[in-house]
Order: sequence, then structure tokens, then C-alpha cells
Amino acid sequence: MNDKPAILELKNVNKSFGPIDVLHDISLRVRAGEVLCLLGDNGAGKSTLIKTLAGVHKPTSGQILMDGQPVAFTGPSDAQGRGIATVHQFGGTFPLMSIGRSFFVGVEPTKGWGPFKIYDRKRANEIAVKAVRDFGITRIDDGDRLVGGLSGGERQSLAIARAVHFGARVLILDEPTAALGVKQASHVLRIVNEAKKRGLAVVFITHQVMHGMAVGDHFAVLIRGAIAADFRKGEKSREEITDLMAGGETMADLEAQVEGYMETHEGHPPSPKVLEAPAAH
Amino acid sequence: MAHPVASTSTPALERTHPGLALGRLARRPESGSFLGMVAVLLFFGVFGGSSFMSAAGAASWLNIASEIGIIALPIGLLMIAGELDISVGAVIPAASLTAAIVSGHYGLPDWLGITAALGLGLAVGFINGLFVTKTTIPSLIITIGTMFGTMGLTLGLTVKIAGSTGVSLVPDPLTKEILGDYLDGMFQVTILWWVVLIAGLFWLLHVSPIGNWIYALGGDKESARNVGIPTKRLTIGLFMLSGFSAAFVGVSEVMVYQSAQVLAGQSFIFNSIMCVVIGGVLLTGGFGSIVGIVFGTLTFSIVNQGIYFTSLDPNVGSIIIGALLLIAVLTNDTFRQLALSYSSKRGGQS
Repeated sequence: MNDKPAILELKNVNKSFGPIDVLHDISLRVRAGEVLCLLGDNGAGKSTLIKTLAGVHKPTSGQILMDGQPVAFTGPSDAQGRGIATVHQFGGTFPLMSIGRSFFVGVEPTKGWGPFKIYDRKRANEIAVKAVRDFGITRIDDGDRLVGGLSGGERQSLAIARAVHFGARVLILDEPTAALGVKQASHVLRIVNEAKKRGLAVVFITHQVMHGMAVGDHFAVLIRGAIAADFRKGEKSREEITDLMAGGETMADLEAQVEGYMETHEGHPPSPKVLEAPAAH
Repeated sequence: MAHPVASTSTPALERTHPGLALGRLARRPESGSFLGMVAVLLFFGVFGGSSFMSAAGAASWLNIASEIGIIALPIGLLMIAGELDISVGAVIPAASLTAAIVSGHYGLPDWLGITAALGLGLAVGFINGLFVTKTTIPSLIITIGTMFGTMGLTLGLTVKIAGSTGVSLVPDPLTKEILGDYLDGMFQVTILWWVVLIAGLFWLLHVSPIGNWIYALGGDKESARNVGIPTKRLTIGLFMLSGFSAAFVGVSEVMVYQSAQVLAGQSFIFNSIMCVVIGGVLLTGGFGSIVGIVFGTLTFSIVNQGIYFTSLDPNVGSIIIGALLLIAVLTNDTFRQLALSYSSKRGGQS
């Protein structure tokens, strides 16, 4: 199979916030040109895991390795500097900015010299439009259009194209298809495949098993902060994965927890807070 | 790797289609305020008679516009960046009195009084910016706090030092000429300073890359920080700019009227915010333009002064301004929707 060294690897990573353990002993690796699909229901610890990968949180214990070397991110910009780009659910977050401006926000192309450097709108628009069209989104042809006027899928595509343009090696996609219709979602999945073909390592986070199976090479199912299953493409059926994610085990646990609580609290059911606390992040 | 798009299929970015150009014009943030300005100009042109259209008539509203405009521009930048500054209302008299006390009461050189006054504006702006970036308290509340603080200090210290709530200052001829003179006997020199500020801030917001940061800051502060924009420095800088501009107006007022009063400047708080909103800046931040703010300021000033040229009750002016503000907020929303729905011909099908 794929025997290239992993670009990004987690080794026995634990993360806790005070007394609350959120991630338990997570080990993952993602290689160039491979899509690692991270499946998990709400509250499974996905966002904590993403934030740990993106340098927002530091692991309480365990190691993060890039190209086989241990690294400690000082913050999100450090992780970005090392080529880890995170694209969030709603993609472009500046709805009232033009495509060209939001593409280059923070790294605006300029012309002129010294203190009289001016923002090069034409070049920004050209580069932005070309980058998105290279990903197959041919409907975007005007860099002056506002990001808010794009469809959800186009915004995701713009954000992914932006990350790739600025030299991302690892692309973390946080629920990119969650808010999209069927057609838009397939657009985004095509772009994930395109990123993979270009040799990026992609971490694709989703709770939609079908979307995961369409692009994933490697799957990890996250349940209550631990990896409950780790398998390659084709090793499990869709039903098996869905069952895993919903976690018959978790349901049984929950029932036991509720019963236990009622016994010690004169028959009152616990408030939702009490049950959610261990999975909070 | 083969890219699916050949360069020949990339459409020209610069279009010359006239219909589209017009449509694009209608979606700019200043379009609504331009129409509003034309409407009030026509209204008072008809009902205000020939004296409104004369040079003296124009001077009456341009003088007002220049003072509000110098404050409204940085307030507009702050609002585009998602913040508000109420403290300008206290900085104006504080700066006037600082200049008057230093140069009038103590008789020190004018430049020293002016420097002290402008420095005071920068300091209040710095404090505002520092509190806004270090805490999560909304800037509205913080600047109300600094406004009252500045007001109390101004009143207390003025009475203590000068023994009254008003201090007079007779500026040097040169100072008077630069900051407090009338051109042609009726146009305040402040108008020229306003033009300079318009040009400078137009460059900052629309030409330099920093403008992009301001829009991004108002669009989403968190994301702006994540892409590496120095959001804190930028916010503090914008507050210092508004403090400086307010102090500048305070200084030029004392040079024009040759005296400074403790209770001047309150009206500037709401008036400047109204000019900005009438000028098409969204209250939620992230959208607006310098030209729009200038149109908004002119609109406000035309109504404010034009009413005295008509036979109408002057109180009607306030009603017109109130109505304009509401219309502006409604149309701003509509224009934003238009701007968002704007797409070129193929995109329009979705």
C-alpha cells in the first residue's frame, strides 16, 4: 500500500482541560496524496482534535510529528507556517469582501515602492480566479464578486484553493459538506480529490459516512475522545461504519449512567449537563 | 499536472458591458448616499431660494460639513472595522481647553498648546484602543466610559486652573491663518483640512493594503487574526486616529472662535455616527467607503443648514434627518443584499 512517510503523525496524544479528558491516546498518521477520514458524532472530540492538529491546543501528553520529526506548535500561525491549513465549515468568513480581497487577506499583493505600496487589485483578482478555476470551479470568473454571493460549495472551494495556493501540505477540512446540498457537496468532494491528486495530505472530518467513503483512503472513527476503529478503504461497509459512529456501546453506557444517577438521586433523571460534561470540549 | 482551465477560456476580468457597469455602480456602498445627497440638494435648491445656492449658502453647510466630516471619517473607519467611538464628544472640548489653557491662560507658544491638545487626543484614543483590545467589553461601553472620564477631568481641571468653564485664546496670525481663518471671508480653512483627510483616508482604505485589513477586521475579527493581520495594533491605531481627528477639530474650533467652552462637542457624537450611517457604512461592520461617508456628511450638513434658508420651522430639519437615517439603514440593507446577489451572467442562474 502507501509506504510513503507520514507528513503529519500523532503518537499517543492525550488532551484534557483541567479534570476533563477530551482526547485519549490518539494515534493517527496522514501521508501525502492520502485522505484520512475522521468520522465521529457530535461531541466525539473532533473539534478538539482539529484544534490540536492546527496548533490551537497543545497536547497534554503524547507527540506530534511532521515528516518524522517531533514538533510543538507555538500557535495556529506556527502550524500554518509549517504548511497545515484548516478550512472551516463555512469556508470564506468575510462575506462582504470581494473574492480577490478575501483570497489575499493578510498577504495582499502590492505594487509601487516604500510607504506608497498600493494594493494590486487586478493581480489579486486574476490569481484568485485562476486558482479557483484550476480546481474546476469554472463558474467563478470575476474576482470583484463578493464572497457572500457564492454558494456554500464555491466558498469551500475558494478556501481550499486559497490554502493550496499558499503552500499548504496538510489540509484539514472541518465538516466541509455538512451544510451543503447534494450537488454542492459533490463539488467539494471533487475538490478534495483534486487536492489529493496534487499530493496534499488531507484530513477530512465529517459525520456523513457517504461523503467520507467517497474520498477517504483511511478511516478513523472517534467515539468519546478515543479512536474506536481504524481501517482502510474497503475494509468496512457503510452500515458497519454508521453503527460504529452511533456506537451501540455509547447508548448502553448512557442508559447505565442515567439509571445509576437516578438511583442515587431519588429517582430524578440527570440534567443534560451532567451527561454531556465528559464529552465537552 | 494538467490543469483543466486553458488560459484562453479565462474571460476578461475587465468588462466594458455598459449595463453591467451601471449595475455594478448601483451596488457600491456609496450609491444610496449619493442619491440621498442629490435629493436634499434639489429639495433645498427649490425651497431654499437663491440664497441657499449662493456662495454664502454653500459656505454655511460646507463649514459645518468640514468639522463633522473630519470626525466622521475616522469614526467611519472604526465602524467598518466593527467598533464605535463615543469619546470624541469629550475629546473635542478637552482639546480646545488644553490648547486654550496652555497657550491662552499660561501664554505659552501656540504650537505647544496645539501639540498638547493633539497629544491628548492620541492618548485618549490609545486608552480606548487598549481597553477594547485587552477586554471583551464592547467599544460602545468603553468609549462612553472614557467620554465621561475625559469630560469630568476637563471640567474639574479647567475650573481649578482657569477659575471658570470658558478660556479664551488669541492665536498668532500664522496659527490663525493655518487653522482658524476664513477663505474669501466665509469658507473656513477647515474645509481644506477635511479635503486633505479625505484624500489620505481614501488612500488608506481603498488603495493601500491596510484597507483590506480594516474590512477583514470588521468582517470577522477571529479569522482576521488567524491570517496574520495585526488586529490589536490596527484597532489601537484606528482609535488613535479618531482621537487625533477629534482633537484637531477641537483645536481648529478654538482658533476660529478664540475661546473654548467645557460643554462643546456633545452634538458631534450622534451627528458623526449619523453621517457615517447615511453614508452607507453597515452598523455591523465590514462594508462601507470613504466617498460614501463624505456624501453622508454633506447630506447631513445640507439638511442641517438648508432648513434655515426655507420658510419651514427649523425643527423640521431634525425630522428630515431622522427620516434620512432610517431610510439609509433600510437602503444599506438592500444594497448589501444586491451586492451579495451580484454575480456575472452564468452565476445568475443559481
